[in-house]
Amino acid sequence: MKTPVQFRLNGEEVAAFAENGANLLDVLRESVGDLSVKGGCWQGTCGTCTVLIDGAPRLACITLAESCAGKSIESVAGLRRGADLHPLQSAFMERFAAQCGYCTPGMLMAAKALLDRNPNPSREEVVDAIAGNICRCTGYEPIIAAVLDAARGEDRRRA
Amino acid sequence: MLELRKDIFADERDDNLKEVGKPTQRQDMLGHVTGTSAYYDDHRFANLLHLKILRSPHAHARIRSIDDAAAARAPGVKRIIRAADVPVNLNTLLSLIQFGKDDEPSLATDVVRYKGEPVVAIVATSERAALEALALVRVSYEPLPAVFDVEEALKPGAVSVNAAYPKNTFEYYNKYDHQKLRFGDADAAFAQADIVLDERYQMSPIEHAPTETNGSIAVPDTNGRFTVYTSTQALFFSLDTAAKINAMPSNQLHFIGGTVGGGFGGKVDTLTEPLAILAARLTGAPVRHRLSRHEEMQFGSPRGGERIYIKDGVMRDGRIIARKVRAYFDSGAYTRLSSYAAVKCAAHIPGPYTIPNVYADVYCVYTNRTPATAMRGFGVTALDFALECQMDKGAAAVGIDPLEYRMLNAYRDGDMKAHRREAKNCALIECAQVAAGKANWPLRDEFRRMSSRAGGGAQRTGGGADRTRAPAPAAAATRAVPATPQRVSYERPAAAAPTQSPPPPPRTPSPPPAAQPAGSTHGAPRFSSVFGTRRR
Repeated sequence: MKTPVQFRLNGEEVAAFAENGANLLDVLRESVGDLSVKGGCWQGTCGTCTVLIDGAPRLACITLAESCAGKSIESVAGLRRGADLHPLQSAFMERFAAQCGYCTPGMLMAAKALLDRNPNPSREEVVDAIAGNICRCTGYEPIIAAVLDAARGEDRRRA
Repeated sequence: MLELRKDIFADERDDNLKEVGKPTQRQDMLGHVTGTSAYYDDHRFANLLHLKILRSPHAHARIRSIDDAAAARAPGVKRIIRAADVPVNLNTLLSLIQFGKDDEPSLATDVVRYKGEPVVAIVATSERAALEALALVRVSYEPLPAVFDVEEALKPGAVSVNAAYPKNTFEYYNKYDHQKLRFGDADAAFAQADIVLDERYQMSPIEHAPTETNGSIAVPDTNGRFTVYTSTQALFFSLDTAAKINAMPSNQLHFIGGTVGGGFGGKVDTLTEPLAILAARLTGAPVRHRLSRHEEMQFGSPRGGERIYIKDGVMRDGRIIARKVRAYFDSGAYTRLSSYAAVKCAAHIPGPYTIPNVYADVYCVYTNRTPATAMRGFGVTALDFALECQMDKGAAAVGIDPLEYRMLNAYRDGDMKAHRREAKNCALIECAQVAAGKANWPLRDEFRRMSSRAGGGAQRTGGGADRTRAPAPAAAATRAVPATPQRVSYERPAAAAPTQSPPPPPRTPSPPPAAQPAGSTHGAPRFSSVFGTRRR
């Protein structure tokens, strides 16, 4: 038994047939084809699959796909604006805030949710915003620095 | 920002580094921040099948029977794979370099030796269908006594874990049950030591927990070959291992990887590829074998636990005159890479310190725990933890600053190591001096002036110098010392010059780099510590 579900993904209307009980992670990756969203634990503990649902960070692996009908979903695939990177993306590159890169999509979305509602976060607020996202490579400090850089508009990239 | 201290050993440098010390962007960073880096599971195939494994719930048990009849009839099931279906169902990773006996099955045959060991594989149209079918498989186990402690496993009458190594120890050269290091006469030195410190250290197994779990997708190609997308850290190692287990020529396999979602050593064991390939052969369809997070934690190999005993003989002036180490590396139920870990452990003893009497036994031990594998310096990391804790305790026992205690005992150029290798290019003292400066850690003048280039060789270990009131190394160790006279000067020998095209550098202690001839920048081999020719 499959259920049709329609939502907006990065500004575009998309539709898919979801298996009963299917989670948003599987629907995004297997049906819609957005492979920028990664799965790490499939049980809501690692934050790797973080996407924004109507602006709020949510774990796609424990979000029922059907519950997303009519909602607006953002993934890292929609973060870039044409040729230009989002300031968070530039800051992550500059600050060496990704090593294996697997947690990066979720980390970026958690950070975007923070900056969208609080453009001038403190270090503590950044730490709190990414507290649900596990990174096993960087030790977090470069990520925190990158988010703070992006908030300060410090795109230190040289042309 | 990276700081390059070119003032240290400046007389030896002729480098003009073009890249080191300057930021360079990673080639894969843009893909990472845009979500376009393609990991193994970011490849899509029509009619993809999914492989899931039934695992042992017991740490040690005999398999009486397996009934998979109901599972075979379950919806979506395409194939059940049993131990008898695996072409070569016994392997050990390092057999590729002729190191150790084949000891680990891909699917258990008669006995399971750790909780999580694979027993039956099911290939189905979805992960969910495979998991539901697994729940229908009935395995009858006869639980056996298990051993979880390295020292318990070595006691007489202990449970035998690994059929290939019934005494629960890896056999080096098919003969020796441990790695042995002997230098000088430790027991005689303990009798003369002012203080003897006998301590026990232990480190638990550590899971790498990469955010991407181990996995692979095997895809039948149109020419009889198989393309394998994999998370492996060791592409060709995994290819050869998969070829061996599947009894197929390696040129029938095309492995694609390189973008790994975290590994840290936990993705070198070829955990998923062999069965994915076998399943693709048996079904003719692409098959994904992806570990769940639970499987990654339970079945994915951890860093092995270690237990280490260290006994030091210390003089009141801070000299360590003897060190005895007994170390046990917990391999878990199978060897994988632990045999190599014990070799590394033995090679690292006694740490970067000149100790004239060293005695060590290092064991690679089998227990009914999850097989261990590589993880960031495995075999050395726990030992270093133990050694440095021991150094702190030794410093406290003699009332010396812990950093100065280390500098006092640090390798100097010309010292003879316990492994009968002459210490070269030593820099621990200089590192300690810089670290102390950064941390505002007070060092006495004598230690601020100390140098890795002075006081080494016979002055410290061979007797004669005032520092050396310790018992001289036993005759065997002394014999191993090359008969060449100890160095008194650390200028480059002129004899080295003819092999290099640039003229020999000026024989001044610290010439400024600019004073060197322009042509001297291509002395790369001379600068390489790999060839050991940097300072000597």
